[in-house]
Amino acid sequence: MVRWLVRAIALGLLATPARAAEPIEIGIGYLHHAAIRSPLSLVEQPAENDGIAGARLAIEDNNTTGKFLGQHFSLDEMRLKDGDDVTEAAAALAKRDGFIIADLPAAEMLAAADALRDHGTMLLNAGAIDDRLREEDCRANVIHVAPTRSMLADGLAQYLVWKQWKRWLLVTGSHAKDRLYADALRRAATRFGAKIVQERTFEDTGGARRTDSGVTLIQRQMPVLTQQAPAYDVLIAADESEVFASYLPYRTWDPRPIAGSAGLVPTSWDAAHDQWGAVQLQNRFIKLNARHMTALDMQAWTAARMIGEAASRTNSGDARRLFDFIKGPDFLLAAFKGQPLTLRDWNLQLRQPILLADGRMIVSISPQEGFLHQVSELDTLGVDRPETKCRLH
Amino acid sequence: MWRDRLLPGLAAWLAAAAPAQAYVAYVSNEKGNTVSVIDTDSWTVTDTIKVGQRPRGIEFSRDGKVVMVAVGDDDTIEVIDTTAKKIVDTLPSGPDPELFTQDAAGKILYVANENDNTVTVIDLEKRVRLGDIQVGVEPEGMTVSPDGKILINTSETTNMAHFIDTAARQVVANVLVDARPRFAKFKSDGSELWVSSEIGGTVSIIDPARHAVTGKIEFAIPGLRREAIQPVGIDITKDGKTGFVALGPANRIAIIDATLHTVTKYLLVGQRVWHMAFTPDEKYLLTTNGVSNDVSVIDVAAQKVVKTIQVGELPWGIAMSPR
Repeated sequence: MVRWLVRAIALGLLATPARAAEPIEIGIGYLHHAAIRSPLSLVEQPAENDGIAGARLAIEDNNTTGKFLGQHFSLDEMRLKDGDDVTEAAAALAKRDGFIIADLPAAEMLAAADALRDHGTMLLNAGAIDDRLREEDCRANVIHVAPTRSMLADGLAQYLVWKQWKRWLLVTGSHAKDRLYADALRRAATRFGAKIVQERTFEDTGGARRTDSGVTLIQRQMPVLTQQAPAYDVLIAADESEVFASYLPYRTWDPRPIAGSAGLVPTSWDAAHDQWGAVQLQNRFIKLNARHMTALDMQAWTAARMIGEAASRTNSGDARRLFDFIKGPDFLLAAFKGQPLTLRDWNLQLRQPILLADGRMIVSISPQEGFLHQVSELDTLGVDRPETKCRLH
Repeated sequence: MWRDRLLPGLAAWLAAAAPAQAYVAYVSNEKGNTVSVIDTDSWTVTDTIKVGQRPRGIEFSRDGKVVMVAVGDDDTIEVIDTTAKKIVDTLPSGPDPELFTQDAAGKILYVANENDNTVTVIDLEKRVRLGDIQVGVEPEGMTVSPDGKILINTSETTNMAHFIDTAARQVVANVLVDARPRFAKFKSDGSELWVSSEIGGTVSIIDPARHAVTGKIEFAIPGLRREAIQPVGIDITKDGKTGFVALGPANRIAIIDATLHTVTKYLLVGQRVWHMAFTPDEKYLLTTNGVSNDVSVIDVAAQKVVKTIQVGELPWGIAMSPR
């Protein structure tokens, strides 16, 4: 009863007058590279503002709320060029901003985190999906908004197992991140009772991504790559480098569906997602940016909204206070996924459902029904508390 | 399984049923693009009216002559003549209208436009737009205080209940509530404002005079994970003693002691229960069950589900004839 009263009084204080005199300024840094990814599909070429466009929308959303609370948010972009030192850039941003949303490769993410360890600046990882950043290389000043490879693999695996497509042919690219994705898929198969009937590798021998007579060649290559396989239900491609997976649908030796890096793809967001009010966010994004919203855009939106949400709940712009609130038990974010997103306190990873998209529609959303968990069904996706290698501090 | 459970209740109801006054309920079917008309005497669907795309918010005019239904994907509000049972007019609602409310006289309509963070004010007689009020991100829940002085709008991503002075058409206060506030309801004496938070999983009790949250209704259902409890629609009896809260994918209506603000009972209804409406005599409460495509009828005094009525695809909103 007393607790209830205390809480009620605390809540009462949050009511605010319509206008505040001087708004609190909350600066959010955004650290990233110029877009370099070049996928096989011409329609999936990333926009020059991939990611940061989502953060910009979240800043608008935060400011709409902020005008009622006397808070003003701004985005402070820093785009790294080849040869730029990420630690210097991060330190420069940290002088101005209490928060930095980072879309960086794992090694640079770690370097930035270590450089800012004593700055009191909070990093939000919006881009890197590497499990190691949440496990053996976790850092107490980094919140992970992007899902991990293992969360993505588990989200896909749960659906395939629910569908009774349990015999997988796994084809892996020859780059390091392809092998990491294959590791996550193997782990998912073991966890959820699928069987990898055979593994194959696609060697990246280089060459141009687009040639005028490319189709003829690919049409001959892909059946050869997939012929004489043991009986399987679905071909899983681990090809984060985007070298071959997009060539597989409709070209396999046996008529089989494709999943993983092409076909049915696990992702944090897709322009086709329309459940739980998502259409409103998609429409706002299209209005602001004149293009569809990608997973990276959504991860950056979510990161900036987490800061906005913490600022409105604590009525503060103090980075340390906001960071503590986000890490605390009362934090949750509504992000058009049908349930609150919360933070795993053992490694500061955002819990989130995983969408399964086919490029035109959302096929399903994991966790799937029946995959139970004693704390949160979202913890059936990715590395759970008992298995974690993360020791914060 | 739960249908077996309601059979005894149904039998009791049939035995006790005096020839009740017949009312008419209009149900908007979000996916079916139709409105189902339910007769509360026979508890059957008597008409199905084709409407525009994605019908959700639905209300009777004060005189009962027309029903207004927001068809969000067509960016308008359609007006259904309740005698002819067909669309006779449209209102200039602004883009993507979802929920709306009207003043006590039935002359002014206030519409939440989710796509551009505004509340649109419409003169119902002249059919013209009187103005817009800027509110938070994704405005949704709408209600007018019993004295008519304050309009409440909830904004889903800003997570606030905005208090708007209806005379000045200006925001006078903002109250932060839990995540994704979807619906707002005053007690009939104006002493309390209840706001449901779908993702936060609570109903905030707000003191409208102080603009302050004074308590929260929390929900816990054994065997159901917390995330599945998503409060949406609310109604409160006229005496202010009993509240009803629809819990979305928890498939239940929570019955609330409206003085203590605690749950006294959970009633299993259909899947993904959205909104509700009392019959004017408050003998029955009808709920729309989105996923199971039906409407549950609750005997308010007995606190039991006594009937289920099949309607169109994905029923969402419901409006009851005033007499």
